[in-house]
Parts: sequence; C-alpha cells; structure tokens
Amino acid sequence: MKRVYLDNAATTRLNSEVLAEMMPYFTDNYGNPSSPHSFGQQPKSAIDNARRRVAAALNAEPVEITFTSGGTEADNAAVRGVAERYASKGRHIVTTAVEHHAVLHTCELLEKHGYSVTYLPVDEYGMVSAQQVRDAIRDDTILVTVMFANNEVGTINPISEIGAVCREKGVIFHTDAVQAVGHVPIDVKAMNIDMLSLSAHKLHGPKGVGALYVRKGIVCPALIVGGAQERNRRAGTENVPGIVGLGKAIECACSEMDANAKKMSALRDRLISGITGLIPEVKLNGHPVERLPNNVNFSIKYIEGESILLMLDLNGIAASSGSACTSGSLDPSHVLLAMGLSHEIAHGSLRLTLSDETTDEDIDYVLEVLPHIVERLRTMSPLYHN
Amino acid sequence: MYTEKVLDHFQNPRNMGEIEGYNGVGMVGNARCGDIMQMFIKVNDDGVIEDVGFKTFGCGAAIASSSMATEMIKGKTVEEALTLSNAAVVEALEGLPPQKIHCSVLAEEAVKAAVDDYRKKKANYQE
Repeated sequence: MKRVYLDNAATTRLNSEVLAEMMPYFTDNYGNPSSPHSFGQQPKSAIDNARRRVAAALNAEPVEITFTSGGTEADNAAVRGVAERYASKGRHIVTTAVEHHAVLHTCELLEKHGYSVTYLPVDEYGMVSAQQVRDAIRDDTILVTVMFANNEVGTINPISEIGAVCREKGVIFHTDAVQAVGHVPIDVKAMNIDMLSLSAHKLHGPKGVGALYVRKGIVCPALIVGGAQERNRRAGTENVPGIVGLGKAIECACSEMDANAKKMSALRDRLISGITGLIPEVKLNGHPVERLPNNVNFSIKYIEGESILLMLDLNGIAASSGSACTSGSLDPSHVLLAMGLSHEIAHGSLRLTLSDETTDEDIDYVLEVLPHIVERLRTMSPLYHN
Repeated sequence: MYTEKVLDHFQNPRNMGEIEGYNGVGMVGNARCGDIMQMFIKVNDDGVIEDVGFKTFGCGAAIASSSMATEMIKGKTVEEALTLSNAAVVEALEGLPPQKIHCSVLAEEAVKAAVDDYRKKKANYQE
C-alpha cells in the first residue's frame, strides 16, 4: 500500500545528511564538552559550530543562543525566566488564546503564582494584530509572547509589527517560532524579536533538542540549574549529537528555504483547491494568504476528525485532527474554538502538513482517497441529510 | 490503539443506516462532545427486534460500538435488549482504550432510547 506522511507539523523525518553529521558524536567523539582534556575538545567545538549555525539562521549572535531539550523547554524557560527576573517591574503578561500548550499552560501556571495574563482573542483566521498587542500592554506588562505561526492552522502573525510595538513600549517580546523556523524568513534584529523558541525535529533534525534565542541585554535566569553549561543558562551535560543535528538541520532548511517554500506552497494550494472542489461543505481553517507553506487545515462538516484519521491511516495516509478524541480531552482544539468555530465543526477538523519531501503523487493520492472517505462517513452520520 | 475487532466493525459496520418500517428510534450524545448515535429498531408483534440500524457521528470507537450493539440486539426481545450493558459491548469488541469507554456507554444508551421510543409509540397506539 502507498504510504503518505502528511503530519510534518507533528514531526519530520530525520535528514540523512543530518544523521551523518551526528553519528560521530554517538561513537568516537563521546567526550564531555566540559572536560578540559582532548576528548572534550572536539564535542565542544562541534557545539560552538552548531551555535554559529543556529545564530546565522536567525541573524542573531552565537552568544545569544542557548540549547534546550526542545521547543517546550525553550518556551518554559523564556516565559518563566522573564516572569521571575522582572517580577519587581510588574506581573502582567500578554499572550494569545491560540498559543501552543507549552506557552499557554506555562502562563496558566504563572496565574496561580499571582501573575495576571491577557489572552488576546484572534480573528476568524487565528491572527492577532499589533494594535491588539498595543492596547493590551499596561505599565506592569513585562512580557509579550505571541507565536510566529500557528501549529494547527498555519496562520502567520504580523511579528515585525508586534516586535516594533513591544520595542517602542519597552516590553520584552518572545515568540514561539517552532513551526516557522526553516519555513519563513526570520531576522530577529529586523523584526525586533527579543526571545525566540525553536525545535530541531520540525525541520528534519532530531527529537529532544531545541534552542532559545535571548537578545543580549535581557536576563533570563536558568530554568534548569546545576552545572555551568551553556554559560549558566541551562545546566546539564549537553546533548552533543542532538545539538550537532540541530545545527546541520537548520542550516539545510534555511539554505533551501526559498525553493522549498515555493514547492510546498504549490502543492499546498493544489491540495486546498482539490479538497474545496471535490468535497462539498468543507471550510478552510486559517489564513488564506498569511499561511505556512506546508499547512492545510479543513473542517469537514457532519463527520468527526478521529474517524477521518483512522480511515486515512487504513489507506496509508498519516494526518492529524483537532477533534477531542485526538486531544484526549472532551473539548476540540482550543485554536479552532478561539477562531469562532462551533464545537461540532471543530470536531471535524483535518490537518495535513507537508514537507519538502512531499510529492505531486502524494497529493494526487490524497485527493483520490479523501472524497470517498468523507462520503462514506457522511452516509453513517445522523447529522448529514443529503 | 484499537483491537482488530474494533477496526473490523469500524471498516465494515454492521446494520449501518436507517431501516425501513422502523417503529422505535433513539438519538443520544451531542455534537459538542463529538459523539451522536442514532438507533432504529423494528419490533414485531412478538416483541422481537427483527431489524436494527444505526447512524453515528463520532470517532472509530463510537462507530464500532454502535455497530457491535446492533449485532447484539438483533433477533432479541426488547426486554433482552434492555439488559445490554456497555461492559458487554466492550467485551465483544475485545476491549476499548480507557478514554473511549464512554462510546460503549453511548451505545447502551442508544439501544435504551430506541426501546423507550418503541414502547411510547406502542402505548400511544393502544390508547
């Protein structure tokens, strides 16, 4: 059976060139980078090299990059670190209703510790505006954290404009760019980004490694304390193979970004117009234009997301959904609900996320299989009256 | 995550769709939670469920649970159908993941709702 992987927002395949660069650090170069002897030197310089590569991808300085165990740790470190360090200045944080849970649940935790958080509502496309951010900033606001691009619906926020507002107001601006890095150009200097979270496994790198960019001049105390690794910003012996993998993966992704984005956008648009044309009563979720090149998200009326996923999986296609059944809770995706979708429509969401490895044939196959699945599930549905 | 039995009933649902000449119908669940089950029964003069059909909006477990429930009550009397428990549906499906047990509860409730409706209609008719 043909197998098509369209869940690249969940994770991506490890690039073989990335693996090749990582391998020596699992085998021969096993030294601890903190060791002063010769075994420690090669791993140490490999980490320095990876740091330069990550910095270059963001137009940051190497000293501004701290390696973490992934995007979630980077988000936690940023939000909790700023909250701790700047508590004497104020205890108010501005974020959005559609953040990843790594940010959302961290903010909710801080609320329990006496911080107040403004969760900005989003428009029908899942976007916030710089004006909303401006209006939400108060005298005691210490942090604005707004995701670069949404992981579910792919909508890209006006990050430059939000950055400009935050800089003007003197408020630290953090962005969770886990889904955006390697897909859209990012320049932390030009965009006035103070802090940024990223993850390796979303760009054909390994799982378990990410990075936090912190602009020089901002103090972000360590989330994990212990040894003096990462210049006291993140304790624990470095995940050397992972860090090397992140460095290579981000370099590859950024060097091919324009070509890959062009290729993926074309496939994405073919998938969107195909689904819209072949299946009645569907709704594209997310922004029609300001959208990640690899994201397709539809609500398919009258049927439930998990049953669509199961049928697709039986046909070799891997996708994801914002239905409650797939989230493990009773409520469907908080992102879709914040965008104003009804529970019923949100339960029927289908996310297909492409990579640069996705082919025309993959898209053809989905467009061949999906309409039958939808029709079959609709004939079973008591909500559907043809 | 699902047993072979669940996948079989999901892919090849038994007694799917509205049946002709039904005299009892029940609908349970709600779209908010993402599961709605509709059960149709045709009961003969001897009180035996001659035919049964279902329609379900829901996940794989919900579809498989409704399919299994229809198989388990077909040919049974309404009294027997009322004794169908969700645990029996789960057992017949050779297990459901913990977070999907509510789907089997919904199947049990759908059968009861259909029988209730049949009995109400019958009582009204006899009046």
